[in-house]
Amino acid sequence: MSRTGLIATGIACAIFALMLLALYLYNHQGILVILVAAIGIAGLALIVIGLMKQKVDGEPTGKIWSWLAFALGVLYFLLPLLATFEFSVKIRREGYTFDAYSLVFADGRFQASFVYSLVIGVAAIVVGILLVVPAAYYVRLRAPHLRPIIEFVTLLPLIIPPIILVFGYIRMYNSSSILPLTNSNLGTDALLTLAYVALALPYMYRAVDTGLRTIDVQTLTEAATIMGANQVTILARVIFPNIIVAVLSGAFLTLAIVVGEFTIASLLNRQVFGVYMQNVGANRAFEPAALAVVSFVITWGAMGMIQLLTRFAPKTAPRNT
Amino acid sequence: MAGPASAGPAAPISGNPFRFLSGLRLGDLLAIAPFILFAILFLLVPTIGLVVGAFLDGDGKFTLKNILDLGTPQIINSFWISIRVSGASAILGALIGLVIALAIIRGKLPAGIRNSVMTFSGVASNFAGIPLAFAFLSTLGRLGLVTIILKWAFGFDLSRSFNILSFWGLTITYLYFQIPLMILIIAPAIDGLKKEWNEAAATLGATPWQFWRYVGIPVLWPNLLGTLSLLFANAFGAIATAYALTGSSLNIVPILLYAQIRGDVLHNPGLGAALALGMIVITALANVVYLVIRTRAERWLK
Repeated sequence: MSRTGLIATGIACAIFALMLLALYLYNHQGILVILVAAIGIAGLALIVIGLMKQKVDGEPTGKIWSWLAFALGVLYFLLPLLATFEFSVKIRREGYTFDAYSLVFADGRFQASFVYSLVIGVAAIVVGILLVVPAAYYVRLRAPHLRPIIEFVTLLPLIIPPIILVFGYIRMYNSSSILPLTNSNLGTDALLTLAYVALALPYMYRAVDTGLRTIDVQTLTEAATIMGANQVTILARVIFPNIIVAVLSGAFLTLAIVVGEFTIASLLNRQVFGVYMQNVGANRAFEPAALAVVSFVITWGAMGMIQLLTRFAPKTAPRNT
Repeated sequence: MAGPASAGPAAPISGNPFRFLSGLRLGDLLAIAPFILFAILFLLVPTIGLVVGAFLDGDGKFTLKNILDLGTPQIINSFWISIRVSGASAILGALIGLVIALAIIRGKLPAGIRNSVMTFSGVASNFAGIPLAFAFLSTLGRLGLVTIILKWAFGFDLSRSFNILSFWGLTITYLYFQIPLMILIIAPAIDGLKKEWNEAAATLGATPWQFWRYVGIPVLWPNLLGTLSLLFANAFGAIATAYALTGSSLNIVPILLYAQIRGDVLHNPGLGAALALGMIVITALANVVYLVIRTRAERWLK
């Protein structure tokens, strides 16, 4: 780490320790003293190490205004996370506990709604892959002139707000329509899955298309055709394994978007995780904060997986771009 | 909610758009047909159905009554609040996001910071909806950490001058996903500002201020405007955060529409469709502005 980086991290730790100290002076939670000491000492150590390091010429030190902008940004984005976590552990008068989490995790409705959301999410990912991969492959290989149209279609879910989409579904697929999906539980589940496919379409398509750009679709297809593979085989056993990393990125992004979704599921009367969270939020004080933390960890986990995956992406260059 | 939409330019198609029909093979058709079918059944038809429904009365006859009925004070007010919240969060989000993006890219900060900020932006721009409302209630709500610490340390009662369940409360909360979205979209554009331009300007004797005034901002301008309209549409369609934060006490359009779908609070199904049409028109306008400006902007950033 650079000298500037060390000093900056050290100062950040020191400021954080001071904030925790203020919190301790307010509520006298013993655990905070340990945290203040640990983080404060670590921060001071970093500053000292940084100051002892030789200054390298030409090393960027950063301008004052940019540090200031960055610091204010950190404050705005970390404060709510810190506050939410602190709120989630103070359910008991006696001191910090994780009881809010145990209460939430032990709640049957939490388990049911969470599992249901995951199932719908995975179903949406599978359907999304089956729809998008062949279409993107086809457009790239044979119909590049269709590209603008397909891209526009994949952007529609960003243009049409989810509430409009679900309102349209309810009117179009209600019990008196030709395709009465909302009549049965299974039909409504299918409708919810398809709605999530639509929500994730922009991200899934872009991820798959980026994946296809990094491989030589033309050559792979020609080679496989010469060896006697049909189109299904080419897609499933040649193209798909080559873009699996990109597809998985799209899948995790889909999961991140879908797991906490509220509007569509609520209007289709499905008990998903998002609807459960809203319910808890309307009736409880501390559990919502715990749920927000859980939800943030899930989003962070999904995005972290994408970061991790992109490191393993195959780096073969296409013959002609 | 919207994400980093790296939309390609909608270039005009030359020649016959149905050229692909010639020499079409069964395999090709099977590859694209499900996608097309899905797009028609679950994107186009439901939306068009709503647009048409806005012009139909109870017996399915053409009418403009639904559109005219939008003129009640309640509905006009809800559109006005929605536009103000979306506008404020878009403008502030764009400005703050731009400053942070400039800081991490051109402010000579250590490289690690840039990567962390970009990764965090990816997470935060997806951290919306119900949990975001909980997070801000725990921070700035009546029992929120910031509120109680300010009161204890400085005797300053935040809840007297600021209410999380208000216009500014909602705007500050929306900024949590608007700023990261701005950073994600504008960062590539700032990368596109070449170092040589700086050097050229400096050689000609330009001050940093003059560089930004005559080179930097004009080049970024289309991108800024485009992203601004995307942020606006993003906030305009959002409902979960506002619903969890304020229940239905803050009268914004998506919440009004939500209540209408739930229980026909406006006592006229056609009026619901008209409300939806209003939302479609506004978000579509904002997004069309984004797409058009983006197509123009890409010429500069090759």
